[in-house]
Amino acid sequence: MYELDFERRSSVAEAVAALASEDATALGGGQTLIPTMKMRLAGPSKLVSLAGIAEMQGVSLSGRALSIGGSTTHADVAAGASGYPALATLADNIGDPAVRNRGTIGGSVANNDTSADYPAAVLASGATVNTNNRSIAADDYFQGMFDTALDDGEIITSVDFPIPDAACYLKFEQPASRFALVGVMVAKYGGDVRVAVTGASENGVYRWSEAEAALSANFDASAVDGLSADASDMISDLHGTSEYRANLVKVLTARTVAAC
Amino acid sequence: MTSVTMTVNGKSVTGDVEGRTLLVQFLREGQRLTGTHVGCDTSQCGACTVHVNGKMVKACTMFALEAEGAEVATIEGMANADGSLGVIQAAFQEHHGLQCGFCTPGMVMAASSLLAANSKPSEAEIRDHLEGNICRCTGYHNIVKSIQAAADQLG
Amino acid sequence: MAKVNGIGESPKRREDTRFLTGLGQYTDDITLPGQAYACFLRSDIAHGRIKSIDTSAAEHMPGVLAIFTGEDFVDVGGNPAGWLINNRDGTPMKEPKRPVLAHGKVRHVGDAYGAVIAETFAQAQEAAEAIDAEIEELDAIIDMAAALANSDNRVHDEIDDNCCFDWGWIEDNREATDAAIKAAPHVTTLDLVNNRLIPNAMEGRASIGDYDPGTDHYTLTTTSQNPHLTRLLIAAFVMSIPENKLTIIGPDIGGGFGSKIYHYGEEALVLAASKKLGRPVKWTATRSESFLADAHGRDHETTIELACENDGTFIAFRTSTRANVGAYLSNFSTATPTFLHGTMLAGNYAVPNTYVNLKTVFTNTAPVDAYRGAGRPEMTYSIERVIDKAARELGIDPLEIRRKNFIKPEQFPFTTASGLEYDSGNYHALTDKLEEIADLAGFAARKADSESRGKLRGIGISTYVESCGLAPANLVGILGSRVGFYDAATVRVNATGNISVMVGSHSHGQGHETVFPQIVADMLGMNADDIDIVHGDTSKIPFGMGTYGSRSMAVCGSAIVKATDKIIAKATKIAAHMMEASEADVIFEDGNFNVTGTDKSTAFAAVAFKAYVPHDYPHDVLEPGLEETAFYDPANFTYPSGAYACEVEVDPDTGKVTVCSFAAADDVGNVINPMIVEGQIHGGLGQGIGQALVEQCVYDENGQLLTGSYMDYTMPRADDVPFFNVDQTCLTPCTHNPLGAKGCGEAGAIGSPPTVVNAVVDALSDLGVTHIDMPVSPSRVWSAIQAAK
Repeated sequence: MYELDFERRSSVAEAVAALASEDATALGGGQTLIPTMKMRLAGPSKLVSLAGIAEMQGVSLSGRALSIGGSTTHADVAAGASGYPALATLADNIGDPAVRNRGTIGGSVANNDTSADYPAAVLASGATVNTNNRSIAADDYFQGMFDTALDDGEIITSVDFPIPDAACYLKFEQPASRFALVGVMVAKYGGDVRVAVTGASENGVYRWSEAEAALSANFDASAVDGLSADASDMISDLHGTSEYRANLVKVLTARTVAAC
Repeated sequence: MTSVTMTVNGKSVTGDVEGRTLLVQFLREGQRLTGTHVGCDTSQCGACTVHVNGKMVKACTMFALEAEGAEVATIEGMANADGSLGVIQAAFQEHHGLQCGFCTPGMVMAASSLLAANSKPSEAEIRDHLEGNICRCTGYHNIVKSIQAAADQLG
Repeated sequence: MAKVNGIGESPKRREDTRFLTGLGQYTDDITLPGQAYACFLRSDIAHGRIKSIDTSAAEHMPGVLAIFTGEDFVDVGGNPAGWLINNRDGTPMKEPKRPVLAHGKVRHVGDAYGAVIAETFAQAQEAAEAIDAEIEELDAIIDMAAALANSDNRVHDEIDDNCCFDWGWIEDNREATDAAIKAAPHVTTLDLVNNRLIPNAMEGRASIGDYDPGTDHYTLTTTSQNPHLTRLLIAAFVMSIPENKLTIIGPDIGGGFGSKIYHYGEEALVLAASKKLGRPVKWTATRSESFLADAHGRDHETTIELACENDGTFIAFRTSTRANVGAYLSNFSTATPTFLHGTMLAGNYAVPNTYVNLKTVFTNTAPVDAYRGAGRPEMTYSIERVIDKAARELGIDPLEIRRKNFIKPEQFPFTTASGLEYDSGNYHALTDKLEEIADLAGFAARKADSESRGKLRGIGISTYVESCGLAPANLVGILGSRVGFYDAATVRVNATGNISVMVGSHSHGQGHETVFPQIVADMLGMNADDIDIVHGDTSKIPFGMGTYGSRSMAVCGSAIVKATDKIIAKATKIAAHMMEASEADVIFEDGNFNVTGTDKSTAFAAVAFKAYVPHDYPHDVLEPGLEETAFYDPANFTYPSGAYACEVEVDPDTGKVTVCSFAAADDVGNVINPMIVEGQIHGGLGQGIGQALVEQCVYDENGQLLTGSYMDYTMPRADDVPFFNVDQTCLTPCTHNPLGAKGCGEAGAIGSPPTVVNAVVDALSDLGVTHIDMPVSPSRVWSAIQAAK
C-alpha cells in the first residue's frame, strides 16, 4: 500500500474541508477501498475517515420514510431498519458478518459497484441520496458502472427511503466473491411497482421497465412470464454469460414478487 | 508516524504507526500477537478476524488508526484467566475442529461473535455466519460441530 | 505401566492447544534480528523475451539493500524434475531446468525475474516498481492442443513441439487394447476436462534465509512439506551448498496440499541474499502472488473409452490425455500424470486390457504439479464418469455394473492390467456398506419430495482405489525417479524414561504430533503423553522424504515401528543384564520386562535409566544409551479404496446445485486414530466437492490469470457442503507394512469429484444431459439444460 495521511473528522463540515485537498479520498468502512489500496490499484495521499461523524450515524423512521445516516454500517441497518424489513434483510446479507460490521451504506452507494446490493434498494425504492450540499433522486444518481452523480469531495450524509407497501430483494450470488451475480429488488408503492436490477448490466444498476409495467398492472409472479430481459448490455464473464444473467433477472424478479 | 492507543485483550497498548498501517500489522508486528493471521489480500479468508468493540472485523481491512481508543480482542485473549482453553477453544479441540490451525484463530473469533449474538444458532445459521472464514483443510464438518457443541455448553 | 492412548484410540490433538491460543509459529510469525525483506519482480505478461533490466533508479531508493536479476544466477544450477520419464519410443523426456530467477525469457504471468531486498517490505515493493524492464512480448501459448501443433511458438526455445514427453502405459499393451476395443460389442466414449485448480493453502508460502558467516552455515526456514528434499535440491542441483552446511526448518505450516512439497526459486533467493547481505532475509507471499506463482493442480484433457460386453462386462479401458505442466517442470510434475495416474487405469476392476497415452505440454502458465490426490483424482474421474455413462447406455444399474467388474475379495493380491499389484481390498463390502449408510433404497422417495418443490434430484455413485504410501524405492527407481521414497525415524529414550521421536514426515494439519506417539505408546506400554514428536528440522532428524501421497502413516509410521522394535531389542538386552537372566528368557509385555518362569520383572523406565547410568554395564556387549534409528522402504504402494454416494438437488431455473448428502465408505487399512482419519476424509471430500462444483483456474488467451483472487477463484465454504456421513468399518489391512495402514489424506479428494458429477448428470438425465465438465457451476448446468431442450 502506498503511504498516506490518515485523518479522522467529527463533523460533515470538517470532513468536507479535509477532502478539498488534492488526491484526498473519503473512507467509509473501507471494505472495498482498503483491498483496492492493498493491490496498489488506488493510492490516495490522504484518507478522511467518516466513521466518527455522529450526524451520519443511525437509522430513523419518520412516518413512511426511513432515513439512514451515510456512515451507518450494514449490521446497524440490519438491526435498525425494521420499519423497512426488505431493506433490513438486504443489509443482513451483504458480504459476510465482518464486512457488515465495517461497511457503510454511504460507502457502498458512493462506490456503486456493479454487483453491490444497496444500489438496487436505492433505485427500486426511489430513494433520495443526501449529500453535504444537495439531495439527489435515485433515478438521477446512478450513472453507470462505478459512476454516480457525486462530485469530487462530496459526501453522502444520508439516504432517505420511502417505505413501500411491499418489497423484496433476492440475489443470486457469484460463487467466489459472493457479490450479486444478479440481484433484483422489487418495491410496490400503491399501483406503481419499481424493479431494480444489480449485477447484471455493464451499465450498473438499472430499472427493468417492462417488468415494472407488467407488475404495476398485475402484481403477481406470473406477470413476468411473457417477458424476457434483454441480454445485449449484460455482463458476460467466467461466472455466467449475458444470456445466463438475463435468465436470472427474470427468474429472480418472479421469485421476488412471489416472496413479497 | 502517528501514535495510536487501544486496548488489546484488556491491556492498554500504544504504538507509532504509519497512516497505511493496518490493524493486523499493528497486532502482528507491533504487538507480536502473531495468532492473528493473514491469508489473503481481498478481505475474504477471515484468518485475521478479531473483535473491535465487541464486533468481529477483519483486521486486514481496517487501519490501525481506525482502532484508536477501541477495545480489541484477539485469539491470544480467548483463554480463561487460568490459561485453560475457553469453552469455544475447548470445543474445537474436543471435536477436531482444526487441522493445520491457520484459519483457526479467525474461526474461533467468528464463532465467539456468533454465539454472543445468537446462543442457539441452527446449523444453517452457523454455516452462513462462516461465509467470510475459509478453511482449506477443509474441516467445515467438525468446525460446525465444534460451534454447535460450544453453543450447547454455553447454554 | 499400561499403555494410554495407544493404537485405535482418539486422544485429542496436542498441537491444537497452541493453534487455539495463537501460539503456533508459522514462518511469517518468525522475526529474526536484523531481518530484511524481499519483494519479487514478477512478469505481468505470459511470454516475453527479456531485452534489458535497468535497476539503476531502484538501487538508490530508500532502504534498498540489494537487487537480484536472473543474471546473478546464470552460473548456478537449475531446479530439476524429480522423475525422468521416457517417451514411447524410449527416448528421454525434455527437461528444461528452472532458474532461480527467469533469465532470457519470462514464461508465465507471475514468473519472477528480479528481486529487491530492503529494510522494509514496503521499501522493497516500491523499489521493485521502479525497476525498468524491457520485455518483448511474444504470443502466449495457452491451449494445449495448439501448443502441440504449433512448432513456431515455443515456451522453451529448444523444445520445438512444446511437448515434454509422449508416454504410453503399458506400451506393450497397446495393440491388444486397440484390438479388444475394435472387436467389442459396446464402446462408450467420453471427452472430459479435469479442471485446473489452485491449491490455496490458507498460509501462503514464506521463507527466511539466514546465513551465518561465522560457521559458513545456511539456515532456511520455509513453508515446506518436505524439508529434506528441499535441502537435497538446493544442495545438489540449485546452489551447490554442501548439504552439511544447510539446515532447512519447516515450522508450523498452514496447509500444503501438495503446493509446498516442491522447492521454489524464492527459497534459493533468500539464501543467496542473506549471504550477500550478512543478515536474515524474509519473503512472505501475498495471496495474489500465491495465485500466480504456486504450483497449480490437475489440468488434464482426456478422451476415455470403455469397451464392454452387452451385459456390462468390461473388456478394455483406453485413454488419451493431454496434461499441462505449465511453463516449467515442478519437482513432481512428471510423475503426477504418469505413475500416479496412468498406472491406475484399471481402477477397482478386473478388466483385462488397459492402455494410456499421455502427452505433457509446456504452456505459458504457472507450473502444474501434485495437488491433493495428484493424478489419482484425474484417473478416478475419467474411469468413474465413463462407467456411469456406459451403465446408462446399457441400461444397467450403476452400482451393479461396478460390482460385476470388481476385483473379487478372494483375488487379492491382484495384478491389474495396468501393472500394479493391489495387496488387499474388499470393494464388494464397501458398496454393501454404502447402500446401507446412504440409504440408497430411500432415494426414490427423496427424489419425489424434491420434485414436489420444483427441484431435480440426482444420485451419484462412485468407487475408487488409489495408490499411495509413496513409495517403494526399487520400483520408483525403475520408473524414473531420481530419489527413493523411504522414510526415517529416530526413537530417543531419555534417561528419565520419556521419549523424543524424530520423524521425516512433516505435520501441517495431519496431527502427527498426536498420532505418532500413539504407535510408540502402544508398543512400549507407555502413556502417549510422555512421547514427543520432532519434525520439520533437518538438523534434528535423520532423514525424511516429507509428507504427501498419503504416506506419513504407511511409510514414516512404519519407520517408527522399526525403530521402536530396535529399542525393544536393545532394552531387552539391558533388562536381561539387570535381571541376570538370559536374553532369550526376557519377554517384554505391557511396558515391563519379565523373565519367563520367574517373578522377576523390571519396568521399561528402569531399563532406560540404566542405559544412561551404566555403572555396572558389560561394555563389551552393550553400548550405553537407548536411541535407535530406522529407515523404512515400503515393499509396494498401498491401495486405499472406497465407495461414495452423493445426492444433489438442481434448481432448473438457475442451474444451482446443492449437495444434499454425501456418504463415504472408505477402506484406509488399519486406523491409528479414528478421529483424525475421519477429519482427513472430511477434508478430502471438501476439496473434491470444491473441484466438482466451484473451483476453476482460468487463464485467458493472452495468459492472464482471470481467477487471480478469491473474488473470482471460488473456495468451498461452510455452506457449500453438508455434514458428511463417513464410515471406516470395512477395513482390509495393508499386507506389507507393520501397521497395516494404507493412508487417508487424499482419499476423499480422489473419490468425490466423479460422485458429485454423476449425481448432477443423474438429476439431468431425463432431460438428455450426458455430461457437464467440472466445475459444475450454475451457469454450466443452466446452459446444459437449455442445450438439451
